[in-house]
This record gives sequence, structure tokens and C-alpha cells, in this order.
Amino acid sequence: MTPLLSVQGITKRYGNHIGCADVSFDLYPGEVMGIVGESGSGKSTLLNCMAGHLTPDAGQVVFDTRTDGPRDTITMSEPERRMLGRTDWAFVHQHARDGLRMGVSAGGNVGERLMAVGARHYGDIREQATDWLGRVEIDASRVDDRPTTFSGGMQQRLQIARNLVTGPRLVFMDEPTGGLDVSVQARLLDLLRGLVRDMGLSAIIVTHDLAVVRLLADRLMVMKDGHVVEAGLTDQVLDDPQHAYSQLLVSSVLQV
Amino acid sequence: MYVAVKGGERAIENAHAWLAEERRGDKGVAELGVAQIREQLALSVNRVMAEGSLYDPDLAALAIKQARGDLIEAIFLIRAYRTTLPRFGASEPVDTGAMACDRRISATFKDLPGGQVLGPTFDYTHRLLDFKLAADGEVAEAPSREAAAGDVPHVTDFLNREGLIEQAPHDDTPPPDLTREPLEMPADRALRLQALTRADEGFTLGLAYSTQRGYGRNHAFVGELRIGSVPVEMDIPELGFAVEVGEVTLTECETVNQFTGSKTEPPQFTRGYGLVFGQTERKAISMALVDRALRWEELGEDNVGAPAQDAEFVLYHADNIQATGFLEHIKLPHYVDFQSELELVRKLRREAGVDQVAEAAE
Amino acid sequence: MSNYNFAYLDEQTKRMIRRAILKGLAIPGYQVPFASREMPMPYGWGTGGVQVSAAVLTPEDTFKVIDQGADDTTNAVSIRTFFERTAGVETTTATCDATVIQTRHRIPEEALQEGQILVYQVPIPEPLRFLEPRESETRKMHSLEEYGLMHVKLYEDISRHGHIATSYAYPVKVEGRYVMDPSPIPKFDNPKLGDMAAIQLFGAGREQRIYALPPYTQVVSLDFEDHPFEASKADHPCGMCGATDSYLDELIVDDAGGRMFVCSDTDYCEARQAAGHKGKDAA
Repeated sequence: MTPLLSVQGITKRYGNHIGCADVSFDLYPGEVMGIVGESGSGKSTLLNCMAGHLTPDAGQVVFDTRTDGPRDTITMSEPERRMLGRTDWAFVHQHARDGLRMGVSAGGNVGERLMAVGARHYGDIREQATDWLGRVEIDASRVDDRPTTFSGGMQQRLQIARNLVTGPRLVFMDEPTGGLDVSVQARLLDLLRGLVRDMGLSAIIVTHDLAVVRLLADRLMVMKDGHVVEAGLTDQVLDDPQHAYSQLLVSSVLQV
Repeated sequence: MYVAVKGGERAIENAHAWLAEERRGDKGVAELGVAQIREQLALSVNRVMAEGSLYDPDLAALAIKQARGDLIEAIFLIRAYRTTLPRFGASEPVDTGAMACDRRISATFKDLPGGQVLGPTFDYTHRLLDFKLAADGEVAEAPSREAAAGDVPHVTDFLNREGLIEQAPHDDTPPPDLTREPLEMPADRALRLQALTRADEGFTLGLAYSTQRGYGRNHAFVGELRIGSVPVEMDIPELGFAVEVGEVTLTECETVNQFTGSKTEPPQFTRGYGLVFGQTERKAISMALVDRALRWEELGEDNVGAPAQDAEFVLYHADNIQATGFLEHIKLPHYVDFQSELELVRKLRREAGVDQVAEAAE
Repeated sequence: MSNYNFAYLDEQTKRMIRRAILKGLAIPGYQVPFASREMPMPYGWGTGGVQVSAAVLTPEDTFKVIDQGADDTTNAVSIRTFFERTAGVETTTATCDATVIQTRHRIPEEALQEGQILVYQVPIPEPLRFLEPRESETRKMHSLEEYGLMHVKLYEDISRHGHIATSYAYPVKVEGRYVMDPSPIPKFDNPKLGDMAAIQLFGAGREQRIYALPPYTQVVSLDFEDHPFEASKADHPCGMCGATDSYLDELIVDDAGGRMFVCSDTDYCEARQAAGHKGKDAA
């Protein structure tokens, strides 16, 4: 089976400081990969390199495109990469504000990706947007309201709807539950788990919260100082960590 | 019956005639001469030359007279005239180190080679209206002495010798020309400085002030401010060497700003730079502060979202001729656009069920 | 004015502008940056159009200027006078006699012919400007054909008002590629932009952009399938000439709020009156 995403030797430096070094892994269709580590471990740098927001100093990010098969997205032209970014890829930001247009209605936010790929029927766009609001548990009556009037949890769910509406094949998530209240986090996680299962999504989730990966990730990478120190099946790594740092990380949080 | 409005041409002619009469004012009062403006309103003349991008005190004085003292209007006249002038070539870069300084001060060193020269400044005057001027403006001759011989070194050169200030390496790349090429982003420093030197004084002052109050704060010392004349030389291809074609008065300001340094670079001071035609001190200092604020990226500073850090915002809005034209164009008729908006609003209101009271009046 | 060159600008500058025009014609709808010069009229008052006109005018041309469709509004008079003085070209108010027509905010009612040039004065050439204020970003959006945001704006209009609430400067797509601002013409004029026999040139002086539509270019007003573009106008005949197919200005004629509607295109209206057409308010 061809991996959906094959990451090879990704390295990014900031001057003398290492962002992330020589990271490689394969992600297969339908798989969810979790990347954990404390802040400064390089997990967000890695995510941004993979998603095309940062240009790595070395390495390849090979994506199995629909039309041309595996292609290195780093050497791809910018129009091609941006096209991927609004079709097969999605990116969920930690702060919903970074991923939403705060001055545009909820319906417009969800509809934007549809319109960007050529949808030109207002009624259809609105219907799909309303449908997606329902799937992320936002009442259909809010379709014309701006996200500024939404709670933090609702904004994050709206951001997820906006990203998933075009049926992306790969979702990048950067601390999707960060900054939310615990009860709101639980509901969001539950929702995400349902969506991942129902849509057969492939995803890469960066988080410092082990509860998130326990619930969502099939496999796990533990990062420290820019390096991957341990990788394996989620349960395996969490229940029987081998590397000293992973042991510290696992023991420092409450078991979920 | 309705007769369409006609006669725009006649109305314009009459308006112009009236304007000319207003400009002249009371004929019982002596007419103002261009030479009087040039000599006695020299700071207005300087501003018009600086923002008009044309060094010619007589033309600037004429423009001020024609514009009834409205300096932006005068700058506009100069700019419009300037575009019609053929370009014979470019001068050699002027050497401000060879400036014959009328004024030269440093806020960073109490004394220094070349000395502190206050020159003709308002700085220490008490701002009291001088009623004597209303009756009699004749003055006694000011005391004078021989100018010291030799070049006056730049203060930043002293700091540079110790490596305390960032290098400003010599660069022979021809700078872009704002008046011949469209402004394009990202703009390099040469282009930014070019835009700032002819930027509106008030706008530049406001931006510079905002950096002092914390919007992109970067504490500035006036390392040096100097005002004086410099020779302008031009390469004459037939001769094979540069000859002096005249001299211009300039105001130059170099600020010394803090910089914390990084892992690869030891702590050093950084620079802001202002250079403006004529004695235009406020503008030159403002320019140096805004220049420094715009350099955040190359110096690895944070963008704190301050207006003065945003090159697109600053450069696209600093030109007062562009700004005033666009602002004032809203006086022009917009019947057609307004009509289409009227139709739309009526339609939306009709659909919203609002009664159209006005329809009855037809 | 004898110490100025023909049509005011020097030949070097005119050549620079012509190069920008040619590039614009080669890439319909693409905004070509050009080094706009200061003109003796203010920015925002037609300096872009004036520079384009100056670059295309020849001594044999016949020039017409309209503002809001009318030949006798103050700014139209001022620009026409400018070229009479600096170029000495013949001027006219008759659309069919003109070879170059400079316009602000209207397209003449009478269909233009091959060989004619229509020069638009453009205040804000960037159709994405009010969605994205950054020039560096909008240029990227054009080059990558990222126009989703434009439709988001139209979507928002419909969800709020039930209609696309843009009535002038209505954005169009040119030859299926560039989204273009047609200048603030009423959307009533949009259908005339496409497939026009004349050359259309757009000049934005302050913003330093020129763009163009060569003859017979495909121009489509943006819309949704279920909310199609509609060219609208006041639902009245012209009070002076009775025309039912022309764009109308609304005039307040008395203190009681009485209104009448007349053609905004004065040449069209006068020609119809001369041919014996009469509206209900005509003498």
C-alpha cells in the first residue's frame, strides 16, 4: 500500500538553533498520527514544515496526490501547493481566530472552501454549510451569525467544519483543544473522534496533551529538542514507554 | 418643464477668475513678491521643495504665492511642473561629510570634533508673540566668525570605529527611482527612504511620534543633526570627470538606536536615517525614526503590529499629493453610482415591506 | 501651452505608458504596474485616464470626455479643455464621431465601433482591495487565481440582503482568468463590457495601474447560478427623450420631493430628442 504521506529527513534550523532534525515517518490512509512533546520540542515546526507553512532546510514531504500519485510537496510550485491546501489538505489552528474569517458569517466561513474550488450555487453552498454546522453541533439558526458571537468551543467546532467541508484526505491539527475549558475539550474530542471514525480521516495531530492522542491517535511520536526520541503504537508508547523522556512525560500526567 | 443643467465651462472660468481675485486680496495692500516669500518665508519654501521633490527656491516661492499659502497645493504645483522637466542625468551621491554646516548638533556627545553649532534655530526661543515684528521687522546684524576649516566628521563614524554601531556598508547599486518606476512591495530601504524624504511632514511626524509612545518603540538618540549646503557634482561624459553644477541645502539626521544583539551578533547600536531638502529639521528627525521602525524585519525584531512598522501602510499613505487628490475627489459628481445605490436600497426596503412614502410625491 | 509637448507628457513617458497598455491588452484583465506621473490635475480626478488618453491620442484623433455620462459636467469640461490646449485635437460630444472617449463611471449607450478607444478613469483598480488591504497579498491571489474570497463577499450579501448588494464597480471575470474591477460604472453597464468592438483601456493614476480589454473579450459578471447577475436601472422612461433602455439619473425637481428621471448619457438623450422623441417632462 502506498503511504498517503511519506515524510523523509525533515530538518529545519533557526540559525544555530535546531527546530526539528531528520524526522521521517509514513502515514497510511485512515491513520491518525499523534506528535507529542513539551513546548519547544519542535513539534509545531515539524507540522508547519509538513503543511507547507515553513520551508524546511532539508527533507521531503511526499503526498499521494489524486491525479499524479506521490509528489514532493516541498518542491511543488506554490499554486499547486495552495491548491492542495484548499482541497485535499486541511489545517486546524490552535486558535480558531487564526483559521476563521471573523468578519464573515458562519455559513460564509464554511462555504469559502466550496467556493474556492468552484461551487457557484448559493442554495447548495448554504445547504452544505448548514449540514456541516449540524455535524459539529452548531444550531442551524446560527448560520448567518459571525464567529465573534460564538463561544470558544463553538469557534473551534466551526473551524473544523470549515476545514472538513470539502472532504480533505489529510488534516493537520495544531493543539486543537488548546486554550479550551476541560469540559469543552471533552466534547470537542468526542466530536473529533466521531468525525475521524465516520469519515475515515487521515490526520496528524500535534499536542502536549496525552489525553488527546490517547483518544484519537493510532500511532505516536515523542519529540524532544527537535528529535523523535520514540515512536510506536499509541497504547504501546503510553503504557510501556521505553525512552527515559517518554517515561517522564507519561508519568507526569494523570492516566486517562 | 425641466431644462437640463448646462454651462460647466462658463462656471469653471468664473470660479477661476474669482479665485485669482481672492488670491490677490485687498488691492490696497501691497502685492507680495516672490522674492519676499523666498527670503522671509524660507521654511515654507523648504517644505515645498522637499515634498515637491524639486530644489528650486524661486519656483517654490512662486507656487506658494499661486496657492495662496496652501503648502500642499503649492507642493502639488511643483510636482506637476517637475514631471514635465526632461531628465539630463543623475548627480554623483552628495557627500554630507563635506557639508558647510550652518547647524550641527549631537545629543549623544557633549563635545566632539567639529563642535556643536546651534545655528539659526527656534529651539531656545521663548514662544512669545513679538509684537514689535508687526510694526518693524528690521534686525541688527548677527555676530559672526570664520567657519572652521575642514570636513565635519559624522558622529556615527566615531561609534563605527569602535564597532559599537551596525555597519552601513558602501553600496554602489543604483537606487530604485520612485518617480520613474511604480512603487512595488516589498520596498527595500533605499526605496523607503526615497518615499519618506518626500512624504507629508505631518504624516511622518505623527508616525514618528507614535513610535516614541510605544507603537513600535525603539528609543532613538539624535546621534547627529546637521544642516548646511553641499556641492552637487555631475559626471559629464564628454569631460570624463565630475564637475560641480551647484549646491543644495540639506538637513541630515542620524539616530542611534538600541539593539540587543543576537546569538550571532554582539550587541550594537542601530541606525535610523533622514535626509531632506532645505532646513527641514522636524521632517528629517521624523524620517529617521520612521526609517528605523520600518527596519524591524532586517534587524530581527518583532512585528508588534505598529503602524510605523508596516511598510505598505506607511508608503502607500505618506504622499500628500496622492492623499489629498483622492480625498478631495469625493467632491466630484457621483450621481451614477449614487443612483444605482438608491435603486438597490429602495428595492431592499420594498422587499422588507417598508412603505415607500416618497413614491406618492411623484 | 506651447512649451509643453503634444498631449502634455513627454515622448519617453508616453512610450512607457504605451508599453504598459500593450502588456495590458496582451493579458486582458491583468493590472500592469506603471510609473504614473504627477499630472496638473489632482489624483483621484482622472489622472490615470488622462495619462492613458495622452499616450494613445494622435493629432488626427477626435476626443470626447464624459463624466457620469455627461459631456458638460465640470470635470469632463476640465479634461476636455486640457487636451484642447495641450494636444490641439478636435473634440466632440457625439459618441459616434469620437475616436477616443475618456469616461468616468459610464459606458455610452450607443454601441461603440471598431477603431474607437474607450478610456476609463479608475479610482481603485483592485477588485479584492476591500476584502484584503495588502497589495502584496492581492497580487498573489491574482497570480494563483484564488478568488474564493470574492464569492464569499457575494455569499454574505445574499445571506444578509437576499441579493448581491453591489450596484456599481461590480466585479467581472475576464476570459475565465482575471477578476477585474470595471471602475465604478453602474452594474447596468456591465453587459456592455464583454464582446465590445472597441478597445477598452483602464487607467488608475494614483494606484499606478493600467489594465485593458481588447476588442471582443469575454467578460462575465460574477454571480451564483441561483442568483444570476442582473443589470438594473430605475424602472422609468427618460423624462426628456422617453428612452426606456438607457441608464437614468434621478433629479429632485421641487421642495415636495418631486422627482424626474433623465438619461445620464447626454449625447444619447439629445440625439433622440433631435430625432423627435419626446418624454413626458419635455417641453
